Formats: sequence, C-alpha cells, structure tokens
Amino acid sequence: MTWLNAIAQGMLLGGIFAMAAAGLSLVFGVMRVANLAHGDLMILGGYVASVAAVSLHIPVALTVLVSMAAVGGLGYLIQRTLLDRAMGLSEFAPLMVTFGISVIIPNVLVQLFSNDTKPLGIGSLGTASIRVGSDLAIGWFPLITVVAAVAVLAGLHVFLYRTQSGRIVRATADDRAVVRLMGVDNRKVYALTSVIAFATVALAGTLYTMRQGGVTPYEGQLTVLFAFEVVIIGGLGSLWGTLAGGMVLGIAQSVGAQISPDLPLLAGHLVFLAILVFRPQGLFGRSVLA
Amino acid sequence: MTAQTTAVVSPAAPSVLPAVRRGGLAAVLGLTGTLLVLLVMASLPYVVDNGVTTQLVKLCYLIALASMWNLLAGYAGMVSMGQQAFIGLGAYTLFVVNDHGINVYAGTLVVSAVVALIAWPVSYIAFRLRGGYFAVGTWVIAEVVRLIVVRFDSLGAASGRNITTITAEPVLRQAYTYWLALAVMAAALLGTYLALRSRLGLDLQAIRDDETAAGSLGVNVTRGKRIIYIAAAGGCAAAGAVICVNSLGVASPSQIFGVQYTALMIFMVVIGGIGTVEGPVIGALVYFLLDKYFAQSGVWYLVVIGAAAIAVSLYLPRGLWGTLAHRTGFAIFPVTHKVLQTTRRDEA
Repeated sequence: MTWLNAIAQGMLLGGIFAMAAAGLSLVFGVMRVANLAHGDLMILGGYVASVAAVSLHIPVALTVLVSMAAVGGLGYLIQRTLLDRAMGLSEFAPLMVTFGISVIIPNVLVQLFSNDTKPLGIGSLGTASIRVGSDLAIGWFPLITVVAAVAVLAGLHVFLYRTQSGRIVRATADDRAVVRLMGVDNRKVYALTSVIAFATVALAGTLYTMRQGGVTPYEGQLTVLFAFEVVIIGGLGSLWGTLAGGMVLGIAQSVGAQISPDLPLLAGHLVFLAILVFRPQGLFGRSVLA
Repeated sequence: MTAQTTAVVSPAAPSVLPAVRRGGLAAVLGLTGTLLVLLVMASLPYVVDNGVTTQLVKLCYLIALASMWNLLAGYAGMVSMGQQAFIGLGAYTLFVVNDHGINVYAGTLVVSAVVALIAWPVSYIAFRLRGGYFAVGTWVIAEVVRLIVVRFDSLGAASGRNITTITAEPVLRQAYTYWLALAVMAAALLGTYLALRSRLGLDLQAIRDDETAAGSLGVNVTRGKRIIYIAAAGGCAAAGAVICVNSLGVASPSQIFGVQYTALMIFMVVIGGIGTVEGPVIGALVYFLLDKYFAQSGVWYLVVIGAAAIAVSLYLPRGLWGTLAHRTGFAIFPVTHKVLQTTRRDEA
C-alpha cells in the first residue's frame, strides 16, 4: 500500500511537471528555441504570486492570474526585443539569450528578496485530503494541480488544432517562410506563442510554489531540469506525451523517495537517462507540432 | 585531337594550383610571443610575492576552462551546460589518486586521463540529444555524477573533504600550485592550437560551419565531436584538479559540481569570441578583471554578466577578439588557410 501511495503521489506531482514542460515544448516546437531560462521563469511566477499575496493582499486564488499576466507580458517583451533578433542570427544566439536571462532572474530575485524562502500559503487546502483506503490519501491541492495540468494541455490542444490562430501557429512551426508569403507576420505568431508559453510556465510555477509552501531564488536550476526531462521522456512535440512524461518523472521521484529520502532526484534523473538510452524518441515519439 | 582533350577538362578546374598559406609571419611571431609570455609567467614565483601568483592561478584555470568550452561549442557545435561534471570529477579523482600515494601535481595528469576515459561512455548518452536539449542533457548528467559522488563517505559525502598529502611549506606549495595551473593552461591553449591545425581541426571547422555539409563531404562528424567531447572532459578535469589543489580540497560537492562554472565558461567564450583560439583568453581576462574589481558589489555584478552575455551575443556575435580578427584578418594563433592567388586557365 505504501508503494501504491508513492505511485499515486508521484502522479499528482507529475501534473505540475507536465504543465511546466508544456510551455517549453510549445516554444521549442514553434520557434526551435530551447529555453534555458524556463525553470527560472517558473520561479519568477512563484515570486510574483507571493508578492501579490503578501504585499498587495490579493486573494491567493487570484495570484495565479496576476502571475500569469505578469510573466506572460514579460514573455511578449523578451520575444519582441531579444529573441526575434537572436533567431535571425544563428541557432546559438537564442540559446545564449535564454542563458543570460537564466543568470539574471535568480540574481535579481536574491537582490530584491534575499535567499530566504518567499512564502505562499494556501491555508487548510494544503493539508486537506480525501481518504481512499487505509494507507492511501489523495490531497485536494495536488488533485487540483493535476486537473489544471490536464485542462492546460487540453486547452493547448484545442487551441492548436481547432482554431484559426492555432492553425497559423502550426503552419509557422512547419515553415515560417511560406507563412510569410501567405501574408502572416511570423513575429506576431512567435509573440503569441511566447505569451501563451510564459503564462503557462507562470501557472506551473505558482502552483509549484503553493505546493511547496514557498520558493527560493535558485530553485529554477532544479525545475528547468525537470521540465526538459519531461519533454524528452514524453517525446518532443507531443502534448499528451508531455503529460505522460510528467507522470513518469513524478512517479520515479516519489518511488525513489520511498526507497530512501536522499534518492528522489537521482531516481528521476536515472529514469530519464535510461529512457534516453533505450527509447531516445521518448514514450510518444510522434512529432505533433513540427 | 588536342581540342577534344581540352574539352574534357572541367572548365572550373584551374591548371595552376592556387597558392595556399597559413599564418606565415603572424604565426611565427604569435607563437614566439606566446612562448615568451609563458616563460616570463613561469619565472614569476622567483620575482613576485605569493599574492600575485595566487591571483594568476585563477586566471590560468579560467583560461583553460574557457578554451575547453570553446572547443566544444565553437568548433564542434556542442553547447554543453554540464562541464561541471568533469570539473568535479577532476577534483574528486584527485582525492582518489592522492590517497593511492601519487602526489597531486603528477596526479593531475592521471586525473585528466581517467576522467577522459569516463567521458568516453558518457558521450554515447549525451550524443542522443542535440542543440538546447544536449545542453540540458549534459547538465542532468552532471547532477547524476554529483548525486553519486556524495554517496561515497570516503569522499566526504555531502560535506567535501581535504587533500591528504600536499607540500607542507606554504611558499613552495604556492609556487608548485602556480606552475601546475600554468602548465594546465599552456597545455589547453597549445593543445587546442595544434589540434585545430591538424586534419581533425579542418574537420572540426567544417562541422562548426555546417554539420550536414561537412558530413556529406566525408567528414566523420560524430567521431570528430566525440574526440572533442572526451578531450574537453580531460581538460576540464585538469582544471578541476587545479581548483582542488589551490583550495587544498573541496569545500562542498555542490560548489565544485555547480552549474556556475559552466555559466562562467559560456560568458568568457561569448565575450571573447566563440570559435577563435584567442577569444577565450580575452574573455577570461575580461572576466578576471571584472571579478577582481566588481565581485564585492554583490549579486548585481552577476546580473550585469548575464546582461552582457545577451548584449554581446545579439550585437557583437563574434565577440571582442572575433570582431577584431574579422576586421583586420589578424591572428596570433592562425588556424585558417588563406588563398593567396589563383590563376585561371584562360589567363595562364
């Protein structure tokens, strides 16, 4: 029963990972940019929510929206001012831009808020749970995050496959030159994609912060690894693969923690490397976005 | 008859081979100058006091590290975020080697070879990924190495450890450490230079410019990249050993396995000029001076470093040295071939 519990907790944890990875996957699928600052943007999302809750006294539930709006807006600025230019230079330049951002964000956070944990409490919701069996309890909040992850992924799916804008985004991912010939400004598509991806990662970061009860500046160095691992485990460009990848990583970590308290990170990384060696195309190695 | 024979010759084929030259005077002067600088640097412990050489140890391993990252990203197109794996392994392998009775200075050579050997199988995992995913993949590998190393109590577990046997006399130890650092830097620089002037270097420059085109022309792309990955691992391990000797041990595994080492390497290479032998040296000097004068101004200085990396890669993509070399055609370590003149058949 403890193992079943570990697996269940892992799946619940996987929801946040999947959500974080969705934005990464989208940016890579459409713009071919691997965002090294992804983890730090997640953490930034957590900080924005925390500041909104603690200093501006905005209800905790609404801080999610504040954080999504702020980081989404930042995504627009970064895309228009930095990434557009970098993408025109080389494959290397966008990587360096996101690398630079990943250095700037945590250090600005340290300067503004020190190294201490920035709290974001969710009150009794954090501990409330549903008892399923004698040893198995499902927390309400983790459950909410999984539902949110599925909703985000489903929303992205509907957007990409059922709307005109989504069609344009997919077309741009396929061939930006042809899309330009059809009269679409690909830079606007990139800006839209960035806003969606950054807002998603802010949501993931805020929920992550709520789950942990707080956030520290350098945690992005950890979460960026999780996000990339999830994308690769699930298969590049596959949204449902991303959900599966999140679950696999979550289960690996929580089963690892069940074996020994100092194992979760190592277990997660090893499962990732094993998949890389034995199934490099990922669990769902179909390219959906491009 | 003669007319037909001429028609067979491809119209583009020159009847006179073009004269190709590499380096020339600049190469001789550059190499002589470099050797002179190295000689002067080597004699410093007799001339100046310990304070100067202590600082220069840092400059030496920074240059070695930057050169290694430049080999990876600038010549073989591999943006690694995980070189700290080999820096850390270098430091920790030095403990093992030292515990077996080899002194730390000769041990650095052993460490470099051992870590290069470890990097060989690791490359098969890392090479599953490309571009930005390669970057994060190598980072994960570095984390795995760290998490495994901290499980060994004999290596100090999560709290770091000290070197058991090292020269006791401080002045002598400082001089030895400095010479070790200098030797590692010289080996990294000259090794890079000689490798790039060899057949491998030609392959690598082709891979750097266009991997697919290089492959289609018969360059063994994966082999070239693997050699560089392994060599860079050995170089980073040597630098890691220097860092370890310099601080008489490792303060904590998370420090020596910290991603900030790779971040520094990226910064130095991008600022100095990626894909040039001289660039990393310039970048390391820039960082060294920034660190010396601004490190006390706290984290803002790291923010400036991040911003500078962005600004340079957007507005000066060749870096400081690369821009200068591109405008003037000047090189201290010339690795490119220059076509002096071609005589076309119809002109001859």
